[in-house]
Amino acid sequence: MALTIGVPREIFPGEKRVATVPEVVEKLIKLGFKVAVESGAGDAANFSDETYRAAGAQIVVGAAQLWSASDIVFKVRGPSTEEVGLMRQGGTLVSFIWPAQNPELLQQLAAKKATVLAMDSVPRISRAQKLDALSSMANIGGYRAVIEAAHHFGRFFTGQITAAGKVPPAKVFVIGAGVAGLAAIGAAAGLGAIVRANDTRPEVGDQIKSLGGEFVPVEYTEEGSGVGGYAKVMSDGFQQAQRAVFARQAKEVDIIITTALIPGKPAPKLITAEMVQSMKPGSIIVDMAAEQGGNCELTEPGKVVVKHGVTIIGYSDLPSRLSKQSSTLYATNLFRLTEELCKTKDGVINVNMDDEVLRGTTVVKDGNITWPPPAPKLSAAPPAVAAAKPIAAPKSHGHGKGGAPASATTMAIRFGVAALLFGLIGYGAPSAFLAHFTVFVLACFVGYMVVWNVTPALHTPLMSVTNAISSIIAIGALVQIAPPLAEAAASGGRPEDLIRVLAMLGIGLTAINMFGGFAVTQRMLAMFRK
Amino acid sequence: MSESLATVSYIGATMLFILSLGGLSNPESSRRGNLYGMIGMTIAVLATLFGPRVTVGGISWIVLAMVVGGSIGLYAARMVKMTQMPELVASMHSLVGLAAMLVGFANYIDPAAATHLTEAEKAIHEIEIYIGILIGAVTFSGSVIAFGKLSGKIGGKPMLLPGRHWMNLAGLLVVIWFGREFLHAASINDGMAALTVMTVIALLFGIHMVMAIGGADMPVVVSMLNSYSGWAAAATGFMLSNDLLIVTGALVGSSGAILSYIMCQAMNRNFISVIAGGFGTGGGAVVSSGAGAQPAGEVVPVSATETAELLREARSVIIVPGYGMAVAQAQHTVYEIAKHLREKGVNVRFGIHPVAGRMPGHMNVLLAEAKVPYDIVFEMDELNEDFPETDVAVVIGANDIVNPAAQDDPGSPIAGMPVLEVWKAKTSIVMKRSMASGYAGVDNPLFYKDNNRMLFGDAKKMLDEVLAALKVG
Repeated sequence: MALTIGVPREIFPGEKRVATVPEVVEKLIKLGFKVAVESGAGDAANFSDETYRAAGAQIVVGAAQLWSASDIVFKVRGPSTEEVGLMRQGGTLVSFIWPAQNPELLQQLAAKKATVLAMDSVPRISRAQKLDALSSMANIGGYRAVIEAAHHFGRFFTGQITAAGKVPPAKVFVIGAGVAGLAAIGAAAGLGAIVRANDTRPEVGDQIKSLGGEFVPVEYTEEGSGVGGYAKVMSDGFQQAQRAVFARQAKEVDIIITTALIPGKPAPKLITAEMVQSMKPGSIIVDMAAEQGGNCELTEPGKVVVKHGVTIIGYSDLPSRLSKQSSTLYATNLFRLTEELCKTKDGVINVNMDDEVLRGTTVVKDGNITWPPPAPKLSAAPPAVAAAKPIAAPKSHGHGKGGAPASATTMAIRFGVAALLFGLIGYGAPSAFLAHFTVFVLACFVGYMVVWNVTPALHTPLMSVTNAISSIIAIGALVQIAPPLAEAAASGGRPEDLIRVLAMLGIGLTAINMFGGFAVTQRMLAMFRK
Repeated sequence: MSESLATVSYIGATMLFILSLGGLSNPESSRRGNLYGMIGMTIAVLATLFGPRVTVGGISWIVLAMVVGGSIGLYAARMVKMTQMPELVASMHSLVGLAAMLVGFANYIDPAAATHLTEAEKAIHEIEIYIGILIGAVTFSGSVIAFGKLSGKIGGKPMLLPGRHWMNLAGLLVVIWFGREFLHAASINDGMAALTVMTVIALLFGIHMVMAIGGADMPVVVSMLNSYSGWAAAATGFMLSNDLLIVTGALVGSSGAILSYIMCQAMNRNFISVIAGGFGTGGGAVVSSGAGAQPAGEVVPVSATETAELLREARSVIIVPGYGMAVAQAQHTVYEIAKHLREKGVNVRFGIHPVAGRMPGHMNVLLAEAKVPYDIVFEMDELNEDFPETDVAVVIGANDIVNPAAQDDPGSPIAGMPVLEVWKAKTSIVMKRSMASGYAGVDNPLFYKDNNRMLFGDAKKMLDEVLAALKVG
């Protein structure tokens, strides 16, 4: 039996959106559902009852009738207490719910034995992107924020040179490059403004540039890294550096659009009263986080206020102000969800709790609160890696240069061989040799430690400098050329000339190396510049 | 200057040498590091000159030799082109090896060197001489061949004699046998005979070893010879009972050994197999050609103008230089292009494979010469995961280091070698003279990928054209 999807008129003050549009009604009917729309539901979004009727929907007059006639209700805003009262026992509701902020609403819905899918709880995985209503609304909000700013701003966005004089382009600074921020960057750049943007995640820099914005990073280098609890210290230092960046931008730009939100927390206060004061008169701040308390200290949620000559726009209903567009996108998101719910296309829904997307979205199932959902499963590690290991292991045996951590037996053999060698040396060698040997072994270790720190970019200078240093062999030749006479006399028959020639050659060759090596290293290193 | 004062000076020199290597950990401190090295060397030489073991009569000779050698060295350092650095380094290795040989011989024929030694000490002293000369000779001849190969005077292809492993083994046995003879030699003349035979064998061994190594393995060989020159210095230090030489030699030796190890890792080969001979000798190549892994498809050539267009429309570009860029001397043009693009707001970065070029760090030096700031030059691991977000990857004169077969085709001779994943970029452009394969002799499936374009021609000429086209547009 085909279920009926009901779409009531939104009763929240100022809400102009509607949960379905005629275009989508047709698609829902094709999936096998009946669609009932409350009379006047689409008026604020410029969809008349006639268009819905033409698309195949049944028009129902009065909220009570609609709610009682519907198996499934599609809404934009979460239902009020009265609306929950109208809801059918065991019915299904799809809407924004914000379960974290509205625990009582969840309780009321659970008491109705309802099944509730929250459009704000869609998991952020790639498969669910097509039903991610938050993103589509944020996109609209970002665009509208720029339009609101343009509306209150007393100048062009784009720079122009006219017969009546030169017009400088407006400078826009966007804080937070999420979906809303990026949409704002794109819209402002499209109007011709100079757009800068900041985000705490440096990796979004490229996305900002791709939309025509300029990424303003927070120049903050980590200090004291590696000390316990450094994350906390860093975040403090980072915030300070961030404030400094914002303060500098506030003095320069004409328009600031803030979109910074932290899930489940009040919005961070990023723009202080002093920053507002430092802005040029006639500047605009659009605070897209107004509903969560605002990113600007002087924001008044839902209102436009002028403080210190700066217009601060705190609208919390930006998507609703573009009601036709946002209704269409939201309705499409709901349709995509319906497709997931009704894979059989027979007008019956199946809330499959094994489906990751549906599980995450569902906050109440048959009267049981299922929010919050379990953490998303991670896919198992590919087994191929484990299989490859045993083949690689025998390679490292013997020559000690395999790279992979050696097995216990290999290590044992190595230590055994080393112990044997040291034993032999200790057995046969005189003490004078052992003293030198000690120095040698320790120097090898020092060399090992030091050279691993050398940056790969400097490997060539490393080779030339070690080359220069190895001309220390010159000392061997130096001491041969003219040793003290007493010693030489004591050992008659020394082939003085031959030794002198050999030593001279040795000194000459090493001198080439010594001077050449250091000089060429110097030449190379001088080239390494930032 | 007394013996103790000389020793203390040597300790100071040792510390300065260690600081010198330590300074190379980043480009900022490296210049100071080099200065430390020079100061250390000056102290060491002066301490020896005015020390108790050199009399006044020798100083004029020493100054003469130093002035001659020093001028040659400074001249060479001034004149060498950065692309020739590998050759210069190889020739310097040969000098260290030769010097170690000479010092060893001189020490042996000098009766003053071993007058007051006990029997056991004398035996050890002679072993030290023997080993010192052996390492010196191998370093010398090996480096000369490496120099020849790097400068193109000797062909880059590996020369593989039949039964070469047996020849090496036989050589080793002969060397050991003559070592025994040498120890038991009655007179210096008898000993010289044994020493000479050994030296000849060591020289031949050095030649043979490097001849058998292919061009792509040169970075390993150069760093290995670097290591040998260090061990030669250390052996000389043992011979002369001089701790400064021992420490310095050990530092240089371990430095070279680590470089060789890093290079081997970068090619996914083990040290023994590199030393044992060039590519294409094992079963790997046969498997590859037989298993039908031959890439097929069409290569899409582009013109310099089209390349310029692709670059202009890109937002992020990664340039992967290889030996071909060095050969064509194209680094300055590359920098001009990079500068031009960066001024236009394109994110240009350079990706360096550890074995790109013929020597560790070769590409970095070339780019530094062309004034590319080192903070846009990255190691392979630093930017390999950025390729999917990159619009254009430009490969200049590199082949094996960007070969996807290393990851996809287990039968490929270079399977498992880490490579730069340029094919993950939206478009890759490969600049090459022709379709010839790289040093590994492996065909490159990258060229046949849909998103790959080939820009045929001399890298320098082509890049000049690209730059001209960029400036017009």
